[in-house]
Amino acid sequence: MQRGKGMKFVGDSRVKASNRMPNKPKDYSEYPGKTEAFWPDFLLKEWMVGAVFLIGYLLLTVAHPSPLERPADPTDTSYIPLPDWYFLFLYQLLKYSFASGDYNVIGAIVIPGLAILSLLLMPWLDKGPERRPSKRPIPTAIMLLVVASMFYLTWESVVNHDWEASKAQGQITPKDLGLVPDIEIDENSEGYKIYQSQQTCVGCHGGDLTGVGSNPMLLGNQLTAEEVEEVIRNGRGGMPGGQFSGTDEELKTLAEFIASLKEE
Amino acid sequence: MRKLYDWVDERLDITPIWRDIADHEVPEHVNPAHHFSAFVYCFGGLTFFITVIQILSGMFLTMYYVPDVENAWKSVYYLQNEVAFGEIVRGMHHWGASLVIVMMFLHTLRVFFTGSYKKPRELNWIVGVLIFCVMLGLGFTGYLLPWDMKALFATKVGLEIAGSVPFIGDLIKVLLAGDDTIIGAQTLTRFFAIHVFFLPAALFVLLAVHFIMIRRQGISGPL
Repeated sequence: MQRGKGMKFVGDSRVKASNRMPNKPKDYSEYPGKTEAFWPDFLLKEWMVGAVFLIGYLLLTVAHPSPLERPADPTDTSYIPLPDWYFLFLYQLLKYSFASGDYNVIGAIVIPGLAILSLLLMPWLDKGPERRPSKRPIPTAIMLLVVASMFYLTWESVVNHDWEASKAQGQITPKDLGLVPDIEIDENSEGYKIYQSQQTCVGCHGGDLTGVGSNPMLLGNQLTAEEVEEVIRNGRGGMPGGQFSGTDEELKTLAEFIASLKEE
Repeated sequence: MRKLYDWVDERLDITPIWRDIADHEVPEHVNPAHHFSAFVYCFGGLTFFITVIQILSGMFLTMYYVPDVENAWKSVYYLQNEVAFGEIVRGMHHWGASLVIVMMFLHTLRVFFTGSYKKPRELNWIVGVLIFCVMLGLGFTGYLLPWDMKALFATKVGLEIAGSVPFIGDLIKVLLAGDDTIIGAQTLTRFFAIHVFFLPAALFVLLAVHFIMIRRQGISGPL
């Protein structure tokens, strides 16, 4: 049996040197350089590069925990969607008028399809034997242009996205964690009716009083009626004051209703 | 060790395999120890390194993850907040998914700009482009699995794009989502199956072919 050692190959390949393959790479013996054994010398160096890379990777993991938004809710139509960052350039492309609406097929299928097809067929689109980028200016220029436009589109997508709103719309609330206190709401009470009639209340704290998005839940609050009144008048944290559009008496009733939402 | 090797070698003639895996020369022009600029030849290896990490971390994630609309999010939340090192394992899978795309992109550019896809390496270039597509597919299907808001709505957009393919768009959409309009329980289980079984199987075959071809042809010569 012919063993691996002692056979002649092209370069460091397993293709036997029989001159069957024209345009073959030159044998490494024609480049009197410093070749190095893969095992174990070069592998050790590769491991060192890998180790340095792994440290950076782990630091990234520890410094930035992977994001998790609130559970999927298909009924929320106001959510602004965003793909993972490496699809942003395609997402941005679909926003331009020549690639959206009636022309959606151009942005969604034709341009990416052509890009992948020409990438696949690259060896036949650029058949010449020259390998240096400077000696094949057209493929080099096209590739540079494509990469530059991918960077540009990603950049445009990033600067045009409202990251604050994006962050707020996905916040996990106590409700998502099943932490809604067991409180019975008297839906016939005067305060409940006033609450439901105030768009500003319902908009942020929800019709079921459990809070919308990252806005706080009113069930199980720790405030007295006077404190609630004070918060509604003057605001607190992210909540602006002076939004209540009823009489002082109604405000008092509302405050008492909200203050009553406590666990027994 | 030596004796064990000889014992196996006598029966199976493993020396050629050993030569392919380990016992070969690394040419000077790809060795960053000789030319620092040769670090561009590291990107392929780093892509493989992250792929291995992705496979390992993914295997551990499936120990907790439940592909079901009721429990998917809860299982991820539990994994992230309660399980020992769950945050690290999920973090590695999350960031690895991004890093592998970056490294693969850089590797593709290196192969392109050194003209390494030219004869006789056309077939390996094609396999590489297919690997690129499989990786993007893995990224797309994996993004849905936590079943949070961003996952659902990004997938919705992605499926609409898939649905806009002329003639067969609706078929692709139904095949992926399990339904014409609903993105729900069916979609999640299908994406899970694609992410964990179908695409990794394709990836393993393509990677094997990629590496066998590299070994048969060797690294492309210096410019």
